[in-house]
Amino acid sequence: MSVYVNENTKVIVQGITGHQGSFHTGEMLVYGTKVVAGISPNKDGTKFMDKVPIVASVRESLQFEPDATMISVPAPFVKDAAFEAIDAGLKIIYVLTEHVPFHDSLEIVLNAKRKGAVVFGPNGPGITSVGKCKIGIMPNKIFKKGNVAIASRSGTLTYEIVDAVTKSGRGESTVIGLGGDPVVGLNYIDVLEQFEKDPDTEQIVLVGEIGGSNEELAAQYIKKHVSKKVVAYITGRSAPPGKRMGHAGAIIEKGVGTAESKIKAFNEAGVKVADYPDDVPSLLD
Amino acid sequence: MGKQIFRNYGIPVPNGYVVEAESQIKPFEKPVVVKSQILLGGRGKSGGIKFAKSQQELNDAVKELLGSRIRDLKVTKVLIEDMINIKKEMYVSIALDRTARAPVIIATTEGGVEIESVPHDKIFTRHIDPLLGYSDFIGREAVKFMNLDPDIAKQFMQILSLLYKIFNEEDCELVEINPLVITAEGKMIAADSKVIIDSDSLYRHKDFSVVDPEKTPLELEAQSKGYAFIELDGNIGVIANGAGLTMATLDALTLHKGKPRNFLDLGGTDNSDIVANAFDLVLKAKPSAILVNIFGGVTKCDTVANGIVMAKNKFSIKQPIVVRLSGVRDEEGRKILKDSGIDSYPTMMEAIERVVKVAGGN
Repeated sequence: MSVYVNENTKVIVQGITGHQGSFHTGEMLVYGTKVVAGISPNKDGTKFMDKVPIVASVRESLQFEPDATMISVPAPFVKDAAFEAIDAGLKIIYVLTEHVPFHDSLEIVLNAKRKGAVVFGPNGPGITSVGKCKIGIMPNKIFKKGNVAIASRSGTLTYEIVDAVTKSGRGESTVIGLGGDPVVGLNYIDVLEQFEKDPDTEQIVLVGEIGGSNEELAAQYIKKHVSKKVVAYITGRSAPPGKRMGHAGAIIEKGVGTAESKIKAFNEAGVKVADYPDDVPSLLD
Repeated sequence: MGKQIFRNYGIPVPNGYVVEAESQIKPFEKPVVVKSQILLGGRGKSGGIKFAKSQQELNDAVKELLGSRIRDLKVTKVLIEDMINIKKEMYVSIALDRTARAPVIIATTEGGVEIESVPHDKIFTRHIDPLLGYSDFIGREAVKFMNLDPDIAKQFMQILSLLYKIFNEEDCELVEINPLVITAEGKMIAADSKVIIDSDSLYRHKDFSVVDPEKTPLELEAQSKGYAFIELDGNIGVIANGAGLTMATLDALTLHKGKPRNFLDLGGTDNSDIVANAFDLVLKAKPSAILVNIFGGVTKCDTVANGIVMAKNKFSIKQPIVVRLSGVRDEEGRKILKDSGIDSYPTMMEAIERVVKVAGGN
């Protein structure tokens, strides 16, 4: 079993012919993801890399029975693309694009919820069900099949931690990038619920950062509902208050959402927090 | 800028005008407040606000404020505004609550002070479902909570509805009125305002050129060149890829008693020039050593290595450069660096220990 996606998940790519879209679709095909169609109104009727059919709309792609979409279109067009996918009934929507206005993200996320769809991102690395399906931009070679599930708000830092877990001799079941924006589709509680139910997952790593209160809420949830081992890493502990550190998500708002408050909340829930990314594996069984 | 937006939407603001020279001062009619036009919180505390009850006082105030400096920013514009006859000061704002994924209204009759200092039971807090939007029933809840007189309540509801309109149409992260003044004449006026627009939405608000008042000149230069860059007060220059990894690098440096001079996130790039130009920015901050921390993915290690070598030659960098390369094409990258006599390491910890050692104290 696996969470959200599996070896049968069929994926379309909205914006398959763009620079990012084409590169990462290629990588996903190498990983073994079933990419069944690409959407590009201007390249309708052609094929991507001589094998993936390109059609003009998400509705037309329904002939290939897709479950999921990767959206890689410029920020001003993301809302329209996401609405198109939600309207067509797709249940897994991954938004690769960064710099999406959060007022647009609010509408995307809430409308998706209303239609029973799940949104990964915006501005995240996607989801990898190790050995089965990769939707997104995580490097193919860092994974090894195993029982550690990882959820994170950042990109590169996620790879760093996946790499450390792999190099320690362990492996991963599912790795999820929630997205670094102020408004994203999933929070830790959503994915913890899935990881707790997933028989392939025995241990969980949460990678958090300063800003917001999602880590604190996750800690409360873990105390009550998660029986599996959870460890964490929090970044931004040296950030000066009020300064934005790249991710729009990472800003300390007057003492709320500080690294200290998150580490304290995790410790109180019995979740050990690593000082350095490299230390994460040493906290795992 | 906040007041201009308010005026456009019809929220009452004090009458006033902006001058850039003493010659632009109009004849004195009634008492005024003279405010430095620096986009900075805590302006009053910095001495940027003066009161004038005569032409002489007005001229003196403008003369004194123009050309003065507040937190290193030169005051080039001064706002002259009618003094308001304040009977009561309230507070209202709409901001994004990211955990709830909804805008939230915050309002209190205890305005004019920092909202943090107001007791919780005096603050009205109400989320707005973004798909439903604002409707008057929410305003009615607010005025009941604050127990406002009918005439004041009517004005408040009008202002609140316009405030949500601004929040939505102008893609705001925050719209705030503090103080929201009730005058002795019973009129409600937004005496001071704060509007923060989501910088990701600026492509559809071309009429705004948003200058972040908290940014330093070097940070603004970096922003114009497309780098996420923040100045800090240490001595070790930092270049990394991805905001999370860059933050983790600063954290690890700090835990090792190293002092980062800056945050610079290269983002996902596969272009050596972008790497080389990042050095240009970091060098302007005059660090005593530079740490580059790359986990290669989309950003390939050999591309970064080429950029580092380019920068070293182009800018004749004298400071020690310590590099960590791991991930896609790390072996190739380390070889390129070795051939140019630059230290590189496969793990973050080794690189951090090394850079702290070579950077020395502040």
